[in-house]
Order: sequence, then structure tokens, then C-alpha cells
Amino acid sequence: MSDSSTLVQADHAHEHPPYQRHHFETMQQQVDATGFAMWLFLLTEIMFFGGMFTAYLIYRNWYYPAFVAASHQLNIFWGSLNTLILISSSFTMAMGVWSAQMRKQGTLVLCLVLTFILGLGFLGIKTIEYKEKFEKHHVPGAHYSLNSFLNPDSDKEAKDAGDKPLPLDMARHTEIYFSLYFAMTGMHALHMIIGICLLGYMIFRARQGAYTTGHVSFVEYFGLYWHFVDIVWIFLFPLLYLISRHQ
Amino acid sequence: MSSATIVSLPDQSTARIPKTNFITKENGLLSWLLTGDHKRIAILYLISITFFFAIGGSLAGLIRLELLTPQSDLMATDTYNKVFTMHGVIMIFLFLVPSVPATLGNFLIPIMIGAKDLALPKVNLLSWYLYIAGGTLVLYTMMTGGVDTGWTFTTPLSTHYVNTNVLSTGLAIFIAGFSSIFTGLNFIVTIHKMRAPGMTWFRLPLFVWSNYAASILMVLGTPVLAIAIVLVALERTVGIGVFDPTKGGDPLLFQHLFWFYSHPAVYIMILPGMGVISEVISTFSRKRVFGYTAVAFSSVAIAVFGFFVWEHHMFIMGVSNYSTLVFSLLTMLVAVPSAIKIFNWSFTLYKGSITFETPMLYAFGFMGLFTIGGLTGVFLAATGTDIHLTETYFIVAHFHFVMVGGMLMAFLSGIHFWWPKMTGRMYPEKISQLAAVVTFIGFNLTFFPQFILGELGMPRRYASYPEEFQILNVFSTAGATVLGVGYLLPILYLTWSLKYGEIAGSNPWQATGLEWQIQSPPLTENFAEIPIVDHDAYDYEWLEKMELAKKQQEVSSVG
Repeated sequence: MSDSSTLVQADHAHEHPPYQRHHFETMQQQVDATGFAMWLFLLTEIMFFGGMFTAYLIYRNWYYPAFVAASHQLNIFWGSLNTLILISSSFTMAMGVWSAQMRKQGTLVLCLVLTFILGLGFLGIKTIEYKEKFEKHHVPGAHYSLNSFLNPDSDKEAKDAGDKPLPLDMARHTEIYFSLYFAMTGMHALHMIIGICLLGYMIFRARQGAYTTGHVSFVEYFGLYWHFVDIVWIFLFPLLYLISRHQ
Repeated sequence: MSSATIVSLPDQSTARIPKTNFITKENGLLSWLLTGDHKRIAILYLISITFFFAIGGSLAGLIRLELLTPQSDLMATDTYNKVFTMHGVIMIFLFLVPSVPATLGNFLIPIMIGAKDLALPKVNLLSWYLYIAGGTLVLYTMMTGGVDTGWTFTTPLSTHYVNTNVLSTGLAIFIAGFSSIFTGLNFIVTIHKMRAPGMTWFRLPLFVWSNYAASILMVLGTPVLAIAIVLVALERTVGIGVFDPTKGGDPLLFQHLFWFYSHPAVYIMILPGMGVISEVISTFSRKRVFGYTAVAFSSVAIAVFGFFVWEHHMFIMGVSNYSTLVFSLLTMLVAVPSAIKIFNWSFTLYKGSITFETPMLYAFGFMGLFTIGGLTGVFLAATGTDIHLTETYFIVAHFHFVMVGGMLMAFLSGIHFWWPKMTGRMYPEKISQLAAVVTFIGFNLTFFPQFILGELGMPRRYASYPEEFQILNVFSTAGATVLGVGYLLPILYLTWSLKYGEIAGSNPWQATGLEWQIQSPPLTENFAEIPIVDHDAYDYEWLEKMELAKKQQEVSSVG
């Protein structure tokens, strides 16, 4: 008799771990629901970036020569390095989720810190790239300069790519390319910044042992977010840097 | 009014409001501001949207007052531009979009599907705070000079030509948009994952179906509005050129992005209202909704079609003739699922035992006015007529018939219908029936003349007009006054009823939904025990059996 009652008790304790919210019937339901919510949220993010990708598609078709010439101004070295950094950060994040699931607190903290550093590295390189654009007056607005596209010989990047001078009317449209470049990479960077802030919070909590007790939802969902931000970059990099490299 | 009624209230001399319920559970302001309870959040939303409705309504009053005379005399013309812009922004983003979903939907969806709460209570609370942040920013905008682009933020007007608070309004809409995304996301997750045992998709009340369809639109559409606003803001501040024709950008692209959200948005506004009407029509004609499956799927069909019609807002803006043809056809297709609903409600009434309580009166108002609003939509979908009628008062009348005649009627119908459930007390029947009739008359007097004005060619968004239009405008302004009384009455008597209304008991309407099988106001956790559902929605025979069984049990326990 006493055996069965302890069994029931244990069973009850198993049904309601401390991290199960009161309004869910089972832990399985909670994981299902919150995971589904995270995927839905990522869907809204796709729609959010989708507006800019649409604009890119349209203007690239309209102003093809301008987009080709403007894309030659991007620094392929920094871009590739950043892609590498971001993919590595996705790997460390995935390892982080794994170590949370395996309840390895030390590894988890290490992975999160690595992801944090790689994320900062990405932003640092992005800053260098933005600075280059700023110095060459390629930031859209009142000080935008068409010089690199009207006189490609006077411009190192344009000369290296072998650009021909664009007619004024087409050169003007390079500003659209840079508008999209800054809007898209800027929005991406904003998502990185939010991610890095969350990582900071998670490192703090992980050191207290928050995610290594069997309840890994938060780390897992943050991982999804982080991979999503990566995937956006995986689309941005070829579209902005690579697609017209050899034209 | 017919004296027949289905209302069955408990004996008033002995009835009491249950001591433990979600209102009395905890006390103090903080217990409300930090609550995770979907019912409390619904109440918070109800108070806040009523507040913004009052502001938006007063602005509408100012507009009608200005239009009483042909000259612009009550206010300067640029003030007038600001007034109608703020009216639009407040009514659309702060009232219509959250009206039914965030109040009634928040309160009822978990109960209707047999759950203790929405799947993500904290996100639900966050969505209310985002709403308040957005609303505060709108108020700030108003106090610091307003904005005069119209609620549509048309570029390049909004990016280059006006010198008003476009940025703060844009930010407000951006934030309020996330509030609506989170509400929609929460509903979808809840409806998928939190249904009680036995509550299959085709046993869900139609209110849940229509809110589900609206949630899909919120989740997929709102982010696109967000990015459109971000790009406008960047163009205004930094000077990027995505919408700027001098740099090769295309203002039409803004229109595409904006209407990709803002057309589905009108279905976000109307679909939940349609859900209310399904519940009310069924309850007050004591019949299962005719063609349940068709009505359920018509909501989803409206949501799907709704994403493929946005270009009809741009027929006169230089889009290609061929795409106009396609979008015209697609727009007319939306009339099909809408008509399915109207026909099915009418068939539900056929041979039903109809009674005329206030929610039903509002529902009748909805059916008539929404039909007119919907049919005039077909006029506007036809490209030839559209070119004549667009940017005239015909458009204004059309969308007010759908949004005010449709959605607001549905909202009031729902508020009256579920008031006893939310508060535990009845609203006063006679005066509320009067309010419903006053609203209906006032509405028609306000907006029907605008169809004629538009057909005659009076353009919208101007403070002055040629003198021959005055007589119809006087009708319209007079109607607006009546309408104002019609909206003031419920605010007054519903507040009164909080203290003095009759005790409602758990099921005053003898309705079948799960929400009527629990006490009013409900417990914080909704159900003492999660129900097991073994019957379809609107199964009045099941209800009778239940009541009978309950009575027998009482008799036997007394015996």
C-alpha cells in the first residue's frame, strides 16, 4: 500500500516539475505550445524581412547595371570572414543547446560565451565595413557621392572590378542599392544586437545553473532565433556581395 | 419588441455573485497590472480601447461638425487634415484591430476551447503593454501637433512634404502592430495546442474559428506593415531612397507593402465580429448555425483571399491594366465567402425560435449594414466604377458601413451578449434595446447620404465642399449626433449595471458554449476540472439533457 502511494506521489511530482506553468496539463503540452509559438514568431520575422527582399528583387531588375557596379564596392574579404564567423557562432550555439540538454553547465556557459564573442566580432567587422562606406560617401542621404560610379578609374574598388562609367541617370540609382544595403544589413545587425543582449542574460542565468536542470526551452528557442538571424545573413551575403561579383 | 424571451435568471432574492471569481481573487492595482490571467487582461483591454474609442469618436464628431457647412469655418484646413488623420489612426490601430480579439477573444477563447488560460500569458500581458505604449505615443503625437498624412502615410507626402509628427505616429503604429502580432500568435498557439479532450476542430464554436482566421492575418500581415513604416522612417530621417522617385525609388512600392497589410487588416477587423454574430444568431434562434462547416471554412477563405486583393486600393495609381484585371476578379471573389456567411445566418434564422434581446438586435443591424457595405465593395472592385468612385465619399461610406455598421455593431452585440459572463450582472434590457435601435437609425442617417454624396462626386479628405452638397451633409451630421447618443448610452448603463444590474447566474441565455456552463464571473482557472467535450457546438438538445440531469440530481439529493 505504502509502495503504491509513494508511486502516485512520485508520479505526481513527475507530472508537475517546477518549471511547468500552471495552465498546461502536461509538460509535453507546454513544450509543444511554446515551441510552436517560437516557430510562428520566426514566421513573422520572415514576413518582416520579406518586404525588403521584395524591394531588392524589384529594384535589382530595374536598375541592374547600378546594382552590379554598387555591389563591387562591398568588401568581399570582410563579408566572407563575417559569414564564417556567423556560421561558427551558429555551431557554438547548437553546441550550447546540446550541452544544456546533456546538463553540462560548464560547456553550456563556454558555448554561450563563444557565441557572444563571435556575435560581437560580427558587429565589429560590420562597423569597419560601414565606416568604409561612410568615408566614401556611399551612405544614402544628402552627402551621397556618385564619384565611384561616374569615374570608376578614380576609385580603387571600381577600377579593380573593371567597371565602366555609368550614365548619370543609372549611377543615381546606386543610392537605391545602398539604401537597401543599409536597411537590410542594419535590420540584421539590430537582430544581432538583440540576440547578443539576450546571450548576456543567458550567460548570467546559465552560471546560476538555470538551464541545466532538464528544462532547456529557453536556450532551445533562443538557438532557433540565432539560427534564423544567421539564415537571413546567408541570403544577404550572396545577394549583396556575390551575385554580381564577376560582371 | 416581442415579449417572448429566453432569458432565465436565478431567483434575485437569493442569488449572489460567486464569492470566488477572477475579479475578487486578488485585490490592488498591481494584481491587475501584473496579471497573467487572460480574463483580467481582456478587461484591461476593454477599458483602454473604450478610452481610445471615445477620443476617436470625438474627433469624428469634430469632422462632422466642420462638414455641416460648405466653408471651412470651424477649424483651419490643415487642422482638419490632422483631425481626420488622428481619427483614422486611433480608430483603426487602437480600436478596430484589437476590439473584438483582444477583449472578447482574450476573455473567451481559452474558455470556449476548455483551457485554463492562453498558451502564453506573459506574452498576452506584454501585448497589452505594447498597446498602451503605442496608444501613449499617439496621444503624445496629438498633443505635440498631430500628423496630417491620412492614416495611409502615402509617400512621398509622408516622407518629404509634411512637417508633422510622422515619426512618432509611425513608431506608435509599429509598436501597436507588435501588440497585435502577439495577440494573434497567442491565439493560434492556444487554439492548436490547448483544446480540451474531445474538443475537435469541428466542435469549436465559430467565434474561435473566425478569431483563428483573423490571427493568421495578424501574424502574416502586420510584420509587412512594420517594415514599410521602418522604411518610411529611414527615408524621413536618414534619407534612404527606397520610396523616393528622385532617387529612382518607387512610391508605388510603399503602397504595395502598406496595403499588403492594410487590406488584410480590414479582415482582421471584421472576422472576429463575424464570429460574434454566429454565436448570437444561433443562441437567439435556438438552432445550430446552418452549414457550420461552410461558415467555419468561409472565415479561413476570407483570410486566404484577403491576402490577394490589396492592389484594389491602387487602381487609379498607375498599376498595370492586366494586374488590375486580376485583382478586380480576386476582390470580387471575397464576396463569395462573405455571402456564404450572410446566407447561412439567414438560414439559421429560418424556422428558428427567434427572440429579440439586445445582442440579437445588434446582430440584425450587423447583417443588414454589413450586406450593404459588402455589396458596395463589389462596386468598387469593378474597375470602371472604381475610377469614378474612388477618393470620394462613396469610399468613406463603404468602409464605414463595414467597419462601423459591421464591426462596431458586432462588438456591441458581443459586449452585451457576454456582459453577464464577464461581470456576473445583466445589463438593463429595455434601455439597451433602445440604444441598439438608436445606433441603427443614427448610423444609417450618418452614412447613407455619404453614398449619394460620393456618387455625386464629393471628394473625401477636404474641409470644404460645393454648396449643393450641403443638404446631404446636414443629414449626415445630424445622424452623427444620434449615433453619438447611441454609443454614449451603453457606456453609461453598462457602468451602472456593474453595481445595480440583476444577478445573471451562469447561463442567462440558455446558450451551449462551454463558457456558459461555468459560473459568472468565472474562476481564475476557468474550470474546476477540465471538461471532456462529447458534443458538437450549438447542440441545444445536449444542453436540455444536461439541465434535466442537473434538476434530477437536485431533486434526488433533496429527497
